[in-house]
Amino acid sequence: MSNESPEQGSNAGYAVPDETGHFGRYGGRFVAETLMHALDELDDLYRELKDDPAFRDELADDLRRYVGRPTPLYFAERFTEAVGGPRIYLKREDLNHTGAHKVNNTVGQALLAKRMGKPRLIAETGAGQHGVATATVAARLGLKCDVYMGSEDIKRQSLNVYRMKLLGARVIPVTSGSRTLKDAMNEAMRDWVTNVDDTHYIIGTVAGPHPYPMMVRDFQSIIGTETRAQCLQDLGRLPDVLVACVGGGSNAIGLFYPFIADQQVRLVGVEAGGLGIETGRHAAPLAAGVPGVLHGNRTYLMEDDDGQIIETHSISAGLDYPGVGPEHSYLKDIGRAEYASVTDDEALNAFRQLTRIEGIMPALESSHALAWVQREGPAMDRDICLVINLSGRGDKDILTVAELDGIEL
Amino acid sequence: MSRIEGRLSELRNAGRKALVTFITAGDPNVDASVPALHALVRGGADILELGMPFSDPEAEGPSIQRSSERALAGGITLRRMFDMVAAFRTEDAATPVVLMGYLNALERTGYPEFVEQAHGAGVDGLIIVNLPPEEAQPLKQLTDRCDMNLIFMVAPTTTEERMQLIVEQAGGFVYYVSLKGVTGANHLRPDSIPDQVAALRRHTNHPIMIGFGIKDAAAARSVSRYGDGVVVGSVLVDTMADLADDPTAIPVALQNQIAEFRAALDSD
Repeated sequence: MSNESPEQGSNAGYAVPDETGHFGRYGGRFVAETLMHALDELDDLYRELKDDPAFRDELADDLRRYVGRPTPLYFAERFTEAVGGPRIYLKREDLNHTGAHKVNNTVGQALLAKRMGKPRLIAETGAGQHGVATATVAARLGLKCDVYMGSEDIKRQSLNVYRMKLLGARVIPVTSGSRTLKDAMNEAMRDWVTNVDDTHYIIGTVAGPHPYPMMVRDFQSIIGTETRAQCLQDLGRLPDVLVACVGGGSNAIGLFYPFIADQQVRLVGVEAGGLGIETGRHAAPLAAGVPGVLHGNRTYLMEDDDGQIIETHSISAGLDYPGVGPEHSYLKDIGRAEYASVTDDEALNAFRQLTRIEGIMPALESSHALAWVQREGPAMDRDICLVINLSGRGDKDILTVAELDGIEL
Repeated sequence: MSRIEGRLSELRNAGRKALVTFITAGDPNVDASVPALHALVRGGADILELGMPFSDPEAEGPSIQRSSERALAGGITLRRMFDMVAAFRTEDAATPVVLMGYLNALERTGYPEFVEQAHGAGVDGLIIVNLPPEEAQPLKQLTDRCDMNLIFMVAPTTTEERMQLIVEQAGGFVYYVSLKGVTGANHLRPDSIPDQVAALRRHTNHPIMIGFGIKDAAAARSVSRYGDGVVVGSVLVDTMADLADDPTAIPVALQNQIAEFRAALDSD
């Protein structure tokens, strides 16, 4: 591991967000007045603790002994041969405790909740990975935990729902709107407004009002910090291309952030193209959205001519969100990162191929990043080193895949 | 002086409390709103808030969430909402109308275009729930130019430092949110209000309207003592929802319901 703290990348010259949480025109803090003071308090505490050696040691220790970090950087030899292009490495976030990168953030925010003395955690979840990661840290610290989840997502992620219940959390079905991740986030905000005195809201991605996009990025940047050190050690140089799926965008920003100042490293975020961008049935606001304000920040959104948020579609519940973290909007506009999309079918093919030839079953979310490499990799030079963030494991998705295969389990 | 400021100053001079009402534009259908607004005025409303339906109303309780869903299903658009206000104005040039909703409608339309259309239709003020004063300068510059009031909220969690920041920007009145929670919540505790409103009084001469969770005339009467008026919303929206299948009955029902609130406020 490098000497840098997990929270900080190596980013001289890249200084967003500003004091008020703005990434250029994006980000900020657009919430009801009732929450403003709680956000101020959270911001103050986080700024104080992020550079506090005792806090950093405690976090690093939790990440090592409880989460199982560092995660390996794995050379996927047979996947590399199958793609027939760059040398492909997988950053194995699927090997984290609870099976995805989400726990990097919940461990950090749980420490904040403990310092604030708040006995109750709430979270929103789509695929259930963030809900499981929140329920996990709540169980460990003896905190009460309520997880909001769209009733549609509860259907397609029943395994994770049961995991959360086993961990002692209450899973509250959300039946408003499209009954998916965005509606779960609305309901979590309503809960927080009502219970702000004794409750900490652990937002699971790099969205929401300031300081969440910054704070979640910092906690997730352990992914890129480790990747950087591992590349320097294993390859003797930095990678050429980084690829990650983007829903809210926390695993992508976690990988990208420590490389942003390394202009030679190409950063590729892959959105959920659903049934195809041209059909309108997708979850790719960076590809087909416009800037607007939702869930506390300004960012690219999928909406109609009146600014009503429109329903999204993705085979992957974790990517099924009409917005995206504001820092991705900023990175898109300044041209530092590029954003592409792959369809449900392409992601499924990648899921099957990686499972069969590497013995690694990826989450459907992460399969979007793999699918982009399958599609674009053959045109790349063979001496290119490419890292894919394998952000989660696919066990939670087997019911979805089995159903598509016509198999009832 | 804006129409809101004029109305509130008349009430203050007369020693009366203001009655502010909220209904959602286009709920339960596009044709229901203008007759409903007139009925509220006949029943004794002083200021009319018209909710701008949004797909993701994150500060609203179930009543107003569902009213947004009904209105959107019924085909409400921003254009139709402005047309409603303009239609209301042809018969009522006196009662202030305030649009209340979420910022994304303005982000999409463009702030200058939105303010111009609202002003042109006869709108007197805006309450944008998710626009705190820190982010409000660009909009405030536009509303100031046409004598439209940008109205801000103060919550039970607002510190005195923030109160000062808010009142410096506030136009028309200050909206005191009477509970920690969403609109229409069931846990209003009137005894928690006086201290916070007294603190707010030390920072501003603006009239203070108290709202959220005021369910009946008795609650309105007890809460109104601490401020200059009350805001009533979810219970009116519930009345309209109950009559969604018989919309012609809505105006009379609203008029009678709000008349009870009026009588209670005037009884002190």
